[in-house]
Amino acid sequence: MTPLLQVNGITKRYGARVGCADVSFDLWPGEVMGIVGESGSGKSTLLNCLAGHLDPDAGEVLFDTRAEGPKDTVTMAEPERRMLSRTDWAFVHQNPRDGLRMGVSAGGNVGERLMAVGARNYGEIRGNALDWLGRVEIAGDRVDDRPSAFSGGMQQRLQIARNLVTGPRLVFMDEPTGGLDVSVQARLLDLLRGLVRELGLSAIIVTHDLAVVRLLADRLMVMKSGHVVEQGLTDQVLDDPQHGYTQLLVSSVLQV
Amino acid sequence: MIRIENVSKSFTLHNQGGAVIPVMAGATLAVAAGECVALTGVSGAGKSTLMRMIYGNYLAAGGRILIGDVDVVAAEPREIIELRRTTLGYVSQFLRVVPRVPALDVVAEPLLRVGTPADEARDRAAALLTRLRIPETLWQLSPLTFSGGEQQRVNIARGFAHAYPALLLDEPTASLDGANRETVLDLIDEAKARGAAIIGIFHDAAARDRVCDRVIDVSRFAVAAA
Repeated sequence: MTPLLQVNGITKRYGARVGCADVSFDLWPGEVMGIVGESGSGKSTLLNCLAGHLDPDAGEVLFDTRAEGPKDTVTMAEPERRMLSRTDWAFVHQNPRDGLRMGVSAGGNVGERLMAVGARNYGEIRGNALDWLGRVEIAGDRVDDRPSAFSGGMQQRLQIARNLVTGPRLVFMDEPTGGLDVSVQARLLDLLRGLVRELGLSAIIVTHDLAVVRLLADRLMVMKSGHVVEQGLTDQVLDDPQHGYTQLLVSSVLQV
Repeated sequence: MIRIENVSKSFTLHNQGGAVIPVMAGATLAVAAGECVALTGVSGAGKSTLMRMIYGNYLAAGGRILIGDVDVVAAEPREIIELRRTTLGYVSQFLRVVPRVPALDVVAEPLLRVGTPADEARDRAAALLTRLRIPETLWQLSPLTFSGGEQQRVNIARGFAHAYPALLLDEPTASLDGANRETVLDLIDEAKARGAAIIGIFHDAAARDRVCDRVIDVSRFAVAAA
């Protein structure tokens, strides 16, 4: 078996400032990795470098493509990378407005991803969209409504449906539960967990919420000032943190 | 099945002047298939610490912890995840679950993770909940709304759902009434009979005497506080 993603020495600078420095790890099929750290620790910069939204200054990101095996997505030609981001990759933004087309119906939002990979039969596209709306618990009679008429939690679930409809193998998530109230968060976490298990997805989740990573992530990476200070099994890093910064982070969580 | 060799543990408190507190050294024990071993020792002797190291929840400072042929001390996260999925079960003292997930699904989840068909997993979960006297009216509710004793029984049902070859039990009979305590002891006997290697912490001496073949006092591995 080969890792789905092999990250070697990813570095991104903003002028003299370090975004993230020398980050390396392997992600295996079916694994969910969490990245935590305070604001400005470089976790979103890293995620954007991995997903091809930012150009790293150094390092490589080898993705195990279906056709040709591991290929470096940093040096890959733009059309090929764009194809990957429409098929094998998915990116769930913190703000659903960044990941949805607000002027297009819910069904259109899901169908658009399918059409981008070549689906043309209207009946099939609509059927597929309805199926996915059901899986993320959006009632079928809302299929023709625009996302601007949806609540924040529904928009986030619609964004997830839009992303997963093409059967990606790797999902990037940037604070997927960030803007939601806690009752909606719980439902979304349960949904994500079920989907990850059923579809055998690999995922990288950036968050500052330690409770979210404990429930969703198998592995955890802790970042501070652009550097990875600790990584390991999620419950081990949270229950027996080795690095001073992680100890501070874990001991700073408020008990409910 | 479980072999622990010369395991040591220390805690480093970086935010308290980098104080290093050694707590355990030279821990060595072995548990064969079909055997149940109790860890004993006064509170703070390191029973739970040792158990958490075996599960990979705490990082051992040295030594080897072999479950089958996997060394938990040196294993990659994904190897430990695989070990926990198929081989090594753990019943902790506290239930930790996603809010709003029904009790029946919480118990069935370990079976779904090893690929058991959903119907079969639900039937097995229902049978365990029935044996542990959780009324059927509660099955569709989240266990977070249950009483302490009910949560503990859901936790036990979850731990025994899949037939793990190695099992860690942290106070499985604490906060249970007589009848449920008997059921848990029966479940442990049944697990032993099918060949599970079990390490348990029991404060209930009668329960310990009934299911455990040997007792290991972990105080002899403890490092005296400096």
